[in-house]
Amino acid sequence: MNAIVVNNLTKTFGSFMAVDHISFHVTKGEVFGFLGANGAGKTTAMRMLCGLLKPSSGEGRVAGFNIDTESEEIKKHIGYMSQKFSLYNNLTIRENIRFYGGLYDIPKKELKQKTDELVEQLGLTSYTDKLVQSLPLGWKQKLAFSVAIQHSPEIVFLDEPTGGVDPITRRQFWDMIYETAHNGLTVFVTTHYMDEAEYCHRVSIMVDGKIAALDTPNELKKIFETENMDGVFRKLARRAKRNE
Amino acid sequence: MKKLLIIVQKEFAQIFRQPTILRMIIMMPILQLILIPLAANYEIKNINIQILDFDHSTYSTALIHKLDASPYFKLVGLPDHPTIASHRVEQNKADITLTIPIRFEQDLIRDSKATVSIEADAVNGQKASLGVAYASQIIGSFNNEIREKWIQMPRLVEFPQIEVRSSMWYNPFIKYPLFMVPGILALLVTMVGGLMSALNIVSEKEIGTIEQLNVSPIKKYQFLLGKLIPFWVLGIVSISLGLIVARIIFGIVPAGSYLTIYFFSAIYLIGALGVGLLLSTLADTQMQVTLISFFIIMFFVLMGGLYTPIDSMPDWAQKLASFNPVSYFIRVMRFIVIKGSGIHDLLPELKAMILFGIVLNVLAVWNYRKRTV
Amino acid sequence: MVIKEFKHVLRDQRSLFFLLAQPVMMILLFGFALSNEVKETKIIVVDHARDEISKTLINRFEQNVYFRIIDIVPDESMADDIFKKGLAKLIIVIPANIADDIKHQYKSIVQLIADASDPNTAAIVSTYAGAVFRDYQNELLGLVKMPYEIKVEQRMLYNPQLISAYNFVPGVLTLIMMILGAMMTSVAIVREKELGTMEVLLASPIHPLQIVLSKAVPYLALAFITEIIILILSVFVLNVPIRGSLFLLLAESILFISTTLALGLLISSSTNQQQVAMFISLVGLMLPSLIFSGFMFPIENMPLPLKTISNIVPTKWYYNIVRAIMVKGLGIESIWKETLILATMTLVLTGIAIKKFKVHLE
Repeated sequence: MNAIVVNNLTKTFGSFMAVDHISFHVTKGEVFGFLGANGAGKTTAMRMLCGLLKPSSGEGRVAGFNIDTESEEIKKHIGYMSQKFSLYNNLTIRENIRFYGGLYDIPKKELKQKTDELVEQLGLTSYTDKLVQSLPLGWKQKLAFSVAIQHSPEIVFLDEPTGGVDPITRRQFWDMIYETAHNGLTVFVTTHYMDEAEYCHRVSIMVDGKIAALDTPNELKKIFETENMDGVFRKLARRAKRNE
Repeated sequence: MKKLLIIVQKEFAQIFRQPTILRMIIMMPILQLILIPLAANYEIKNINIQILDFDHSTYSTALIHKLDASPYFKLVGLPDHPTIASHRVEQNKADITLTIPIRFEQDLIRDSKATVSIEADAVNGQKASLGVAYASQIIGSFNNEIREKWIQMPRLVEFPQIEVRSSMWYNPFIKYPLFMVPGILALLVTMVGGLMSALNIVSEKEIGTIEQLNVSPIKKYQFLLGKLIPFWVLGIVSISLGLIVARIIFGIVPAGSYLTIYFFSAIYLIGALGVGLLLSTLADTQMQVTLISFFIIMFFVLMGGLYTPIDSMPDWAQKLASFNPVSYFIRVMRFIVIKGSGIHDLLPELKAMILFGIVLNVLAVWNYRKRTV
Repeated sequence: MVIKEFKHVLRDQRSLFFLLAQPVMMILLFGFALSNEVKETKIIVVDHARDEISKTLINRFEQNVYFRIIDIVPDESMADDIFKKGLAKLIIVIPANIADDIKHQYKSIVQLIADASDPNTAAIVSTYAGAVFRDYQNELLGLVKMPYEIKVEQRMLYNPQLISAYNFVPGVLTLIMMILGAMMTSVAIVREKELGTMEVLLASPIHPLQIVLSKAVPYLALAFITEIIILILSVFVLNVPIRGSLFLLLAESILFISTTLALGLLISSSTNQQQVAMFISLVGLMLPSLIFSGFMFPIENMPLPLKTISNIVPTKWYYNIVRAIMVKGLGIESIWKETLILATMTLVLTGIAIKKFKVHLE
């Protein structure tokens, strides 16, 4: 059962082809890393899958729905964490949870219970009624992730979720991701931290709008004869024409 | 419906936590309403007049006194020399120069005819015309006094006279604030509706939370309505504040009913908010929104008859003004506050405003995309 | 660094467009659409007399370009209704038997009911209407030569055709300089602070003053270019000439732009949020600048406290300077006082701004 299937997906802006006929699939429960340099096209691709951007050509299915014609339906089944911040800084934790829960049609009674659970899980119970802006960045990220999946979506899309966060918190964050993936959630994450690629089940690397490599981290390291994903990336990047 | 409620709740929570918005909603009406009507006194009085009297006769002195006594003029000098007079005008110390030539009294009595000349600083054309008109009027009246002295009484009676009596309705004491305030109230509501709502949506764009909303199953109209309602409320609050300030500071009590004012404001706000929503789809940063809405507001307000009357515009401009929602609202506000017009008096305007509200909002909703193309 | 800032500014095309479009739009509007001219005012005549004199009078009004008779009604009871609906601005009531009264009593009283909600228009329209009656009256008297006549010759200085453009071009210039200099610069600086990149810059070896100046320079250039565009428009599209020295005008403008930049700097050191900077610029700076410059409302009519305030507002001085040079064609001898005041203001403001900025950084 594939959570995501993409076939020859393309996006052009005028004469510029940001995403160039990419094809891949993501299986259910997989943690899929979508890597690439800035400008390689990964954010553009992801936005098409989420229904934020209309594809120019090609096809894709997310949670079984067509990304071109059924994008609004898809939105009911996915979660999303944007690169720029996704929680409202001047609302409290409780208010944020309640707001986003309501957006996804979580009934009020359930919401109350979920809020308490979620907050407890993160150890933020004493902060529940404090403004989000008072939290340190690492907690905000974790909170944002929890909020993104509170409506039990099938797939969650994470766009550079660990930007600006210290390594320890990043590790904790990935623990959270694993746990949810273990429970059946498919995770589609973009990142430019190559070490995080190691945490994924499979990884694809985009270069100049195309998928230049797609496999498990270990396989890739073997193929490119490097010790870490960083090395893999460097070898591919050297071939890249588009630099930021 | 439930989703709508949630969004409105969130919006209000955010608004109350943002001191800037609150400050604007409160400060703007107060500042604008206080400063502008006080400053905007178009009444041309205290025009600075200087008189070059080369005659130094009884008549010339009498004329000088008459002009000095007039409330329209302030006598700033009796220079001896034309050069001094010109300098004064250059330095903005005198607006009008009246020259009474030598032998003025003599010429008038002997030849039954004399000439005086007025020079006006016409950089401000209106002030100059009015100044010259007033001066001419006073000189004319002075002229009549002289005539009456020289012409025997019985003959006077045989001159046919048409006496014109004017009554000024609705503003008999010619209070300029009464005229300015409704227009400013209209401006206020326009700014809250057009600018602030747009700023708010665009700031969500800038921060990035709008993406989060676009990726959720929320429907377009729910999101937009959710934004519209709080700012609609704010608009009503704004105008209430404005009316209170107008009452306290200027003693302005609307001749019409407050209900009528609120009724039209409510409808107009919907249109103004539509513009704000539309704006927000055209801009990406708060700076852009501010500049664009400043441009739009300035255009529509000037063309709406706030500063100069619509009736004075050339025909093509008047036609344009009929497509301008602001012109209807300014007109409606003025009519209700100053003349006491009721809804039944303003049916054509009402129809136009409702139409604008519908069209603008439909446009805004249609133009908003959750998914970029 | 300056080049980077230039690129920054140029990249935001939408902002640039509306920035430049603003003065262009205002000038075109003021030049072609806005006016205080009274013409074709809608009036209603109540004719109680229906005799030859009333018919003549009505004819006079019909021929008169200032008026447009939209209806002739039998009585004035509907006056309130007419005004409330905005159908007419003036109602002229001609009494019954006006012909008889004039022939035999030598006197008749005509009534004007004016909608004084717009006092200016009401006054002008009433005066014009009164003039029609007076002219008619003088015609009746025409057979008798008017003795003891004082003739008034009039001459309009600087602006013989009474074009209001002479008034508002300097006004628009002032407004735009203020927006560009103060608002844009302050927001640009504050945006850097909001994004956090300001700290990065401050940590670098570049002197803070340089950082700030590099932000200001593009806007200075922009302001200058905008000014030139406005002047070109005025001269060629509106036929408003620059009677004085162009060089002097531009020099004074650079002085004023510096004033606005100092103000912008002052604003930027007061806050870390863009929205607040914009708010202060708009409401705290621009509104008073507009009101107290003398451009939109005559300063001499203002109550004393407001008049005093206007002396502190730089726009008032700049506006006078521009008017003096553009419209009156005066030279430095006439405006040295204003220039000195403006220069002093600039120095003081810059001083305060720099001090505040330094304190702010620590």
